Amino acid sequence: MNTQKTGLAPKHQRLILVVVALLVLVAAGMLAAWGLRSQADYFYLPEDIAKNPPEPGRAIRLGGMVQQGSIRTLSDGVTIAFRVTGREGNAIPVTYRGIVPDLFVEGSGVIANGRLGTNGTFEAETLLAKHDENYTPRELEGLSDQAMHEVLEESAAGTP
Amino acid sequence: MIAEIGLAALWLAAGLCALQFIAGVLGVREAGADGAVHPVSALARPAAVVQGLLLLVAFACLLRVFAVTDLSVALVADNSHVDKPFIYRLSAAWGNHEGSMLLWVTILGLSGGLVALFERRMDDRFMKAVLAAQAFIALGFLAFLLFSSNPFARLNPPADFGAGLNPLLQDIGLAFHPPTLYLGYVGLSVAFSFVVAGLVTRQAGPELARVMRPWVLAAWVALTLGIAAGSYWAYYELGWGGWWFWDPVENASLMPWLAATALLHSVSVLAARDALRTWTIMLGVVAFSMSMVGTFLVRSGILTSVHAFAVDPERGAFILGLLAIYVGGGFGLFALRAGALAEGKRFALVSREGALVFNNVMLSGILAVVLLGTLYPLAAEALGTRVSIGPPYYNPVSAIFAVPMLLVLLVGPLLRWKRDSLSRIAVPLAIVGALLAASVTVLVLFTDAGVLPVLGLAIAVALALASWLPLRGRKLKRVPLALWGSMLAHFGVAVSLAGMASETAFSIERLVAVEAGESVAVGPYQVTLQEVDPVAGPNWTALEGRLAITGGGVDTVLRPQARYFTDPPQSTSESALLTRWDGQFYAILGDAAGEGRWQLRLWWKPFVTLIWYGALLIALGGLLSIFGHLRASARSRRIREEVARRRAEKALL
Repeated sequence: MNTQKTGLAPKHQRLILVVVALLVLVAAGMLAAWGLRSQADYFYLPEDIAKNPPEPGRAIRLGGMVQQGSIRTLSDGVTIAFRVTGREGNAIPVTYRGIVPDLFVEGSGVIANGRLGTNGTFEAETLLAKHDENYTPRELEGLSDQAMHEVLEESAAGTP
Repeated sequence: MIAEIGLAALWLAAGLCALQFIAGVLGVREAGADGAVHPVSALARPAAVVQGLLLLVAFACLLRVFAVTDLSVALVADNSHVDKPFIYRLSAAWGNHEGSMLLWVTILGLSGGLVALFERRMDDRFMKAVLAAQAFIALGFLAFLLFSSNPFARLNPPADFGAGLNPLLQDIGLAFHPPTLYLGYVGLSVAFSFVVAGLVTRQAGPELARVMRPWVLAAWVALTLGIAAGSYWAYYELGWGGWWFWDPVENASLMPWLAATALLHSVSVLAARDALRTWTIMLGVVAFSMSMVGTFLVRSGILTSVHAFAVDPERGAFILGLLAIYVGGGFGLFALRAGALAEGKRFALVSREGALVFNNVMLSGILAVVLLGTLYPLAAEALGTRVSIGPPYYNPVSAIFAVPMLLVLLVGPLLRWKRDSLSRIAVPLAIVGALLAASVTVLVLFTDAGVLPVLGLAIAVALALASWLPLRGRKLKRVPLALWGSMLAHFGVAVSLAGMASETAFSIERLVAVEAGESVAVGPYQVTLQEVDPVAGPNWTALEGRLAITGGGVDTVLRPQARYFTDPPQSTSESALLTRWDGQFYAILGDAAGEGRWQLRLWWKPFVTLIWYGALLIALGGLLSIFGHLRASARSRRIREEVARRRAEKALL
């Protein structure tokens, strides 16, 4: 590509530049497509996990409501265990080692990033709680207040 | 009354903006035909200046209504509160959708005024085209403000107290973060206007690059500072201990930065060597498109985050419309006119230009990766699946392009323009290569850092030296200011990279539940929880932990807090930081853990502060370059004038 020797016209050099840039962009696009497919964290509601469980160890996002009366702190003081319910009353047990976010309370919405363990317990690495009325995690928008209340009443009725 | 003055100023500015657009378009058309300039076109420059002043008045009015907490203004009632500290009452003015859009438009107007007042290097027709393009952009955003985001709307009856501001936003970082980012977005819009004028008047030579360069550099400096400020804010305010989350909102500011970085390098090729004409023009369009995409992502409410102050589909559609007009128009004009641009100069593969082209192409690759990762969840959601994209995607895939780019950065600045050979720079090449290899060997043998941190640290070490090698064989006193700027910025990249890699590889985290009096070891320090007390602030109450930190030459007390705000009700974790020369100690107080214990999350993060110091060096380098180029351009103009004067004198004799 030594233009001095081959006497490449500027027009050809521009063409080569365009071709190289396009090749790199196509490569970027293909790498991105591959990365997106293999690294995307799919969002699950508890009933999705019950119906069609993801393979254990794959990173996913679990969203739903924290079941009433389900939060307990384990004896080490830093691991908490709770259950997450969705629209249909399936409850997924979750453990989380860390400091829970502000406003993480029973009966409130939560999104957990993590993996499903082989024993069916979801091991959360991060928790996102519903901050206030104006800031609901996007994935929980599908759960209307009405649906949330129904779920909560059902799950509350189910617990003695 | 103040609010009405502000609204009137906005309408007047919109009117002047329309006038500026018409005057600019007439100036371009008439002057092209027979050399006679339409009289109206002379109004373009004054219209731009007065418009900038009017927008400043409007913004001052907004500050005023927030300063006195005028609760009859809906925006104040929704976002401020009578009990709020004064500085946060002011920053609340742009801590919301309408106010931040007004800030955007004000900065845009002031930049337009500056261009109209001071830019005299290009011919009149070119400047008319620039001002017309500026007016076209401003008109869209003024329409957005006036028709769907009026910041001065009245509330009847007035509110009693005001709803308050999200306490996460009640922070000194907020006073600084949005204005700098907007400065960056707007700077790229000015560069875009120059590019449009270049396409319209078919001038895409080094002169175009020279007038664009200060704006591109200024935008880039502002984006660098804005991103760094946002990152530090997230680091200490969110209490998660991380400094970059690949959140779509962060990406919205990173993408214009990547495009601006590519643009400023290709602009310097165009200015110095008259090569890469079409490429530079295209990057100008891309960079502005990215700032429009950023504005759209953050302002439309399509993302739910602390930035999406209000979710309103009408506004989203409006901004999407503006995005389509400007981006579509920009690329359309480019497609029509790019073929007609004269060819630039050629260069060899091994040359400064070659290295810069490589840098540009790799930056475009990273940009594509980030853009696709940011848009993919939105596209997937439209198709009914909900996914999120995080570090497992962004880190490795962007590194595929970032690592080769950084390796070329080690040698690129040493190459000569036009054509060069690697054998000429064999000695520095060998030194840098040896340093790189030695660093990798040491890191692999003596640490258990991962692949990317090892590469990052080794490149940082080599780059810290290589960035100063262009000084070789130069007289220190005669090194141009702009070269000091570029060396400093590249050194800043090394510093920042070292901080990122070190934090990733060597952070130590402890998560414990302890009673008062109990101790834990974290890295070089011994941490003892002394007690947890309730404390109160102006509009919050908190539980405050007292942590005694000893060891490593330190004997001090940190006080992390869990704060509860009343208006609006919300709670936040206030991290406590101990900054040392070799890193930061980071403490978070959690909840009561039963049996009189408290949760503590503690980190020792070696050299984490280098991330932000590096960013400051990069920005400082950019500033030096701006001054260097402006000074050089002023000097060459003086010389030209002097030569012209002497010639005239000679002709008279």
